[in-house]
Amino acid sequence: MDVTAAPRLDVRPRGLAPVWAFAAVAFLVLSVIVGVLVGPIDLGTGDVLSSVGERLRVPGVSSSLSATEESILWEIRMPRVILAALVGGMLSLAGATYQGVFRNPLVDPYLLGVAAGAGLGATLAIAYLPGVLRGQQALPIAAFVGGAVAVVLTYSVGRSAGRERDTATLVLAGVTVASFFTALQTFVQQQNTDTLQQVYTWILGSIPSSGWSDVVLILPYVALATTVILLYRRMIDVLSVGDEEATSLGVDVRRIRLVLVVAATVGTAAAVAVCGLIGFVGIIVPHAIRMLAGVGYRALLPLSVLAGAGFLVLADVIARTALAPAEIPLGIVTAFFGAPFFMLVLRTTRSGV
Amino acid sequence: MTTIGLSEVTVRLGGRPVVDGIDLDVAEGEWLALIGPNGAGKTTLLRAIARLVSYSGSISLGGRDIAAMQRAELSRMLAIVPQDPLVPPWMTVGEYVLLGRTPHLGPLAKEGRRDRAAATRALERLDLRGFGERRLGTLSGGEKQRVVVARALAQEAAIVLLDEPTAALDIGHQQQALDLLDVLRAESGLTLIAAMHDLTMAAQYADRMVLLDRGRVVADGAPPDVLTEASIASYYGASIDVIPVDGRVAVIPRRTTSATQRLS
Repeated sequence: MDVTAAPRLDVRPRGLAPVWAFAAVAFLVLSVIVGVLVGPIDLGTGDVLSSVGERLRVPGVSSSLSATEESILWEIRMPRVILAALVGGMLSLAGATYQGVFRNPLVDPYLLGVAAGAGLGATLAIAYLPGVLRGQQALPIAAFVGGAVAVVLTYSVGRSAGRERDTATLVLAGVTVASFFTALQTFVQQQNTDTLQQVYTWILGSIPSSGWSDVVLILPYVALATTVILLYRRMIDVLSVGDEEATSLGVDVRRIRLVLVVAATVGTAAAVAVCGLIGFVGIIVPHAIRMLAGVGYRALLPLSVLAGAGFLVLADVIARTALAPAEIPLGIVTAFFGAPFFMLVLRTTRSGV
Repeated sequence: MTTIGLSEVTVRLGGRPVVDGIDLDVAEGEWLALIGPNGAGKTTLLRAIARLVSYSGSISLGGRDIAAMQRAELSRMLAIVPQDPLVPPWMTVGEYVLLGRTPHLGPLAKEGRRDRAAATRALERLDLRGFGERRLGTLSGGEKQRVVVARALAQEAAIVLLDEPTAALDIGHQQQALDLLDVLRAESGLTLIAAMHDLTMAAQYADRMVLLDRGRVVADGAPPDVLTEASIASYYGASIDVIPVDGRVAVIPRRTTSATQRLS
């Protein structure tokens, strides 16, 4: 067909609308400010700003915080806020990715058994590792390995169960593997009732106040997973027309799905390893964005990262301040706000998700 | 000139041969209607040509074996319009038609001006100008059907396979859709293979008909040669009259017994 007349390009990919990108960034920035300012010890806004200014080497600005306040800000609060942002962004991105890849709006990042596997790994570490090893490093590693083993098992069971095209087979395999690992984990826990409290606390999830070490530990995985998923975000839109049609559009569906699932799972396993099981973030954040912005995956995914990060930072503020000095497990906070919201989602979006 | 060549193509589903040793050559620019009773293997044959189901035998496009092609390369040569496509209700028409550009893009690429131009042209040709921002969930059945065809056109493939392209449409929209495909074929030299149930419609548009029964080709030729009272009776188990109309043929179903006859 001739294209002599300059074609009017009526059709454009619906990318990230600036208004939503701005709103999500603003939400994250506000959440981080709240997260840094709110805590048992009141750090004044001006003092915090002066300290940030000093760290950023703004000429003529020096911190007006005391040495103790400095270390509360930079060694406790700031790393905790950053960690909450990384974990929240990762879980919500992984949730949105799973929902797209499996074409099921109700799946969460724990779908393929990563949570149950990580739970077993953490329980084994808490129950059997000597106290010395059980410190900060061994627990996340055990949880990560447990999560990875569970997902690999799910994938091989799902694949060998025949029709590999069928995502329902994979989801069923995930449910099966998860219940098997949960059974093992409960058994180990029953045999070691002295560690019950510790395991229980881990399972309910929390952002540890462990300084920068956990941030450094998970950052590479989260960064890698996020980069891969965001690069492939158009492919998730293509997958939404079904495996066979996506194939007829020239896509190697199995390879793309594997890449996306591996990336989402690695990121989730890293998050679970340091923070335990934080439910609902991976479902409610992507759904809230869908309802508000009504977008395809290519815009949904970056928005999920930003909004999920902000959401978990705020949830963590509630977790550590509502009953201060006690902490409410983060999983309880997210579920307390997440469950009613999710009921609303179920009632209002029967279709269109 | 042969553009599609099938040799001894067999597809087994659940151990049963659904397509059974088919040899078929389709010329460039031809409009071929695949007809046959339910379960004859029409859809499966289309899926084999699009390499969406595993088959034995060989299928070539322009002399090249499709089994040796990259998936994206095959999709640049051949588009398929499924009978019951999955149309995500939240997606806009523009986004959906742009999905047709996927084989022209790398897995990480974003659509550029050329892709947007191709999608815009496809929408214009299907009389869907201004539909770009509409959501698929808000379209009528006929509009949805046209959008799916637009996606296939945006793919800019020389061969388009259609599985029951008019099944969801009323008679007016059936005619519109088939007229449009005919125009596209004439303008762009498309090769069309369409599985169709409506024999009269098929006879109006197709140059050639292939009648399948139980996975085999049982008749192949111009519509008047394939659509005979005897062949329809034996393969469809239907009682019909074939009536010539302006050089084409029409199939009229004939009532075999009436209730009054049966009662008496």
